[in-house]
Amino acid sequence: MIPEFGHFLLILALGVALTQGGLCLLGAHRRRGEWMALARPMTVLRFVLTATAFGCLVASFVRHDFSVLYVASNSNSALPLHYRIAGTWGGHEGSLLLWVLMLDIWSLAVARFSRTPPPDFIARVLAVMALVGAGFLLFMLLTSNPFERLLPAAPDGRDLNPLLQDPGMVTHPPMLYMGYVGFSVAYAFAVAALLGGNLDATWARWVRPWTTAAWVFLTFGIGLGSWWAYNELGWGGWWFWDPVENASFMPWLVGTALIHSLAVTEKRGAFKGWTVLLAIVAFSLSLLGTFLVRSGVLSSVHAFATDPRRGLFILGFLALVIGASLMLYAVRAARVGLGQRFALFSRESLLLVNNMLLAAACGAVLLGTLYPLFLDALGLGKISVGPPYFDNVFAPLMAPLLLLIGVGTLTKWKGDQLGTVIARLRWAAPAAIAAAVATGLAAGRLGMATTGGLALAYWILITAGMDLAGQLRARGRASWSERLSRVSRAWAGMALAHLGVAAFAFGVAMVKTYETERDVKMGPNDTTEIAGYEFRMLKLAPVSGPNYQAMQAEIEVSRAGRVLATLRPEKRVYRVQTNPMTEAAVDSNPLRDLYVSMGEQLDDGAWVVRVQYKPFIVWIWGGCLLMMAGGALAASDRRYRSRATREAVVPADGVPA
Amino acid sequence: MNRRLLWPLAIFVALLAFLAVGLKLDPREVPSPLIGKPAPAFSATLLAEPQRRLQRDDMRGQVWMLNVWASWCGACREEHQLLVEYSRQAGSVPVIGLNYKDQRPEGLAWLSRLGNPYRDSVFDPDGRIGLDYGVYGVPETFIIDRLGVIRYKQIGPVTPEALRDKIIPLLRELHG
Repeated sequence: MIPEFGHFLLILALGVALTQGGLCLLGAHRRRGEWMALARPMTVLRFVLTATAFGCLVASFVRHDFSVLYVASNSNSALPLHYRIAGTWGGHEGSLLLWVLMLDIWSLAVARFSRTPPPDFIARVLAVMALVGAGFLLFMLLTSNPFERLLPAAPDGRDLNPLLQDPGMVTHPPMLYMGYVGFSVAYAFAVAALLGGNLDATWARWVRPWTTAAWVFLTFGIGLGSWWAYNELGWGGWWFWDPVENASFMPWLVGTALIHSLAVTEKRGAFKGWTVLLAIVAFSLSLLGTFLVRSGVLSSVHAFATDPRRGLFILGFLALVIGASLMLYAVRAARVGLGQRFALFSRESLLLVNNMLLAAACGAVLLGTLYPLFLDALGLGKISVGPPYFDNVFAPLMAPLLLLIGVGTLTKWKGDQLGTVIARLRWAAPAAIAAAVATGLAAGRLGMATTGGLALAYWILITAGMDLAGQLRARGRASWSERLSRVSRAWAGMALAHLGVAAFAFGVAMVKTYETERDVKMGPNDTTEIAGYEFRMLKLAPVSGPNYQAMQAEIEVSRAGRVLATLRPEKRVYRVQTNPMTEAAVDSNPLRDLYVSMGEQLDDGAWVVRVQYKPFIVWIWGGCLLMMAGGALAASDRRYRSRATREAVVPADGVPA
Repeated sequence: MNRRLLWPLAIFVALLAFLAVGLKLDPREVPSPLIGKPAPAFSATLLAEPQRRLQRDDMRGQVWMLNVWASWCGACREEHQLLVEYSRQAGSVPVIGLNYKDQRPEGLAWLSRLGNPYRDSVFDPDGRIGLDYGVYGVPETFIIDRLGVIRYKQIGPVTPEALRDKIIPLLRELHG
C-alpha cells in the first residue's frame, strides 16, 4: 500500500502546484488579495505532500519491497541500511523526486523567511516555483514513476550501482540538487520582477541571500563530487571535464557572475537587465544539465538509463520554461531600466569585466560540452572534446579573473583613478611574484605556468590583507579587536571566498607541476619508491564486505626508515552487478597526498599498483570549503536580517539550512 | 521592443534545435569495424546442455541473429520481451544467445523466469567470445548473413523502433 499512497500523494502535489501556479499568478495580475494569500499555505501543503511521498519511497527501500520496480533496480537484500536510504536517489526516478523535494524545501524557505517583499511579488515568486515543480511532477508521473510496481515481485534486487556505495556519493547529489534547484529562487524572483515591471536595489537585496545560499550548496556539491571522484574512481584525478561535471559547473560559473552583478545592482542600482538575464540563465543551465544527464544525448560516466520519451519531455519543458522567460525578458527588460551610470574605471566596470570573463568561460564550457553533439547533428562525424580543449581555453580566461580580484576589491565604486589604484598596488605585484618564485625554488623546479598560478594565489592573499588593513584603518581609533568586530560580515565573507580562490589556485598549481606517479608490478614484499617515500607491500589477501568480495593489499609507507602509514587499497567485485571497483587508499595531510590504487592482476599473481604523490591537493577542496564559508558568512550579513529581526520570526542567520 | 534583448532568446532557440536533433542521434552508435567483416569463429558449450557444442560454422547458410545477454544485465530485461515475441513470429530467423560473463544456474533461472527467445544460448563465462566480437556493453545484437558476414550491430537494448525500422527490413532484404 505504501507505494500506491506515495503515487497518490504525487498526483495530489501536481494538482496543488498547478492550482497554486494559476491562481497566484492570476491573483497577482488582478490584485485579488484573497487569491494571493493562498501562496504561503499552498506552498506548505506542497512540501508536506512531496516530503511524505519521499518518505514512502524511503520506506519501500528500507523494507526491501522488491515489488517496486525502482527498489528492485537499485537495492538488494544485502545492502546496508544507510545505502538503502541513499538508494532512494541512486537512480533516475528517485533523483527526480529528490529534485522536486528540494524545490519544495526552497519554496517553503522563501514562504517562511522572505517577509519583506509585497504580497503580489511573493505570490508570483511562489507561483513560478510551483509551476516549475509541476513540470517535474508531470515528468515523473508520465515517464518515470518511482512507485511503479513489478509483478510478480523480484526475489531480490539488482543492487545499488557500486560506484554510488560511498559516503561521498550519499551526500553529493542532495547538495548538488540543493544548489541547482536553489537557483530557481533567483529565477522566480527575476520572472516576478519582469512580470511586475519593477526592479530596484531593494529587489537585489531580497534575492541576494537566496542566490548566495544556492551558490554555497552548489559549490559544496561540486567540491564533494570532485573529492568523491578522486577517492572512488581510482585514477587520482579530481576533475575530468565529463559532460555531466560540466553540466554542474556551468550554472556555478553563471551563478558566480550573478552574485557579483547582484552586488552592483544592490549597491549602485546598475546592471539591472543583465542581472535578470543571469538569474534566468543560471537556472536555465541547471535545467539544461538535467536534460543532458537524463536524455542520453551525450555519453558520460554518469549516464542514467536513457529513454527517448524522457528526453523529448524535458526538451519540451526546457523550451517552455526557458523560452517563455527569455521571451518575457525580451519584452519587459527595457521597462525595468538600465540603472545608474558609472565611470569607465570603477569597481562597477571591473565587475562588468568579471562578468564577461565568467560568461565567456561558461560559453566555452558549453561549447566544449555540446560540440560533439553539434558536429553529429550536422552530420560531420563523431568526435569527443577532451581535457586538452578545456585546459587550453579555461586557464587564459581564469588568470585575468584572478588578477581582477585583487584590483577590483581595492577600487572604489562609481569612479576611481587608474593611477591611484596602480600606486596602491605597486608593492603587491612584485611581492606576489617574488613569493611565487621562492615557492617554486623551495619545491625544486620553476616553470612559467606554475609561477603564474602561484603568483596569482599570493596576489589575492596580499591584496586581501591590504583591503583588511584599509577596513581597519577606516574604523578609527578603537581597539584592534573592536575594529575587527565592526568589519561587516558581507566584507568578511567576500574576503574569505576570495582567499578560497587563492587556496584553490595554489593547490592546482602545485599539483599540476609537482605530482608524480608510477605504475609498478607488486607482490608481497615488493617495494617501490616515489618522491622519497618507500612503499612496501606487506600482504595481499581476500576480504569480504556485506555485498562484495575484494582483494586487499596492505602497503606500508615509510620515509627515511620511519613508518608513516599503512594503506589498504582494494579491488572489489560486487556480488550482484559483478563489475570490478577500485577502492583507492590515500594517506592525506595538508602538504601532500600519497595515493595507492590497484590495477589489474597479472598471471603470476602479482598486481599492477599505481602509486601517486600529490602535493597540496587537499588545498583544492579546502579552497572550495573557504569559498562556501565565505558565501555563508556574506549571506548572513546584518542588512538582510534587519527587517526580519523586527518581525521576530526568522532564525538568527536568516538563511535556510 | 529593443531588438538587442531578443538575442538570448534567439541563441536559445538555435540551441534547442540542436538538442532536438541530438535526441534522435545516439552517441553510442559508434560505427563498428566488424560490419561487413566475417563473424569471428567460436566453438563453445551450450548453456542448457554443457555436453553439446555450437560453433559459428554450424550457422552457415542461414541468416541469424546473435544476441549478447547476461542475467546480471538490467538493460537486457528491457529488450527481452521483445525478443521473445519476435522469436515466436512466423518467419523469424534463429536467435542465438551469447550468455556473457554469467553463471550457468543464474542464466538458466533467468530464462525460465522471463521466457527463452533463443534457439540455443552459447555459454561464454570468461567473455572470450565477447572479446572477439568487440562487445563492450551488454546487451548487443548482431545480424549475420548466409555467408557468415556481420551486417548489422545494435549496441544497447533492441527497441521496438530498431526492430521495426532497421532489423526486420534488413532481414527481409537478406532473405530476398
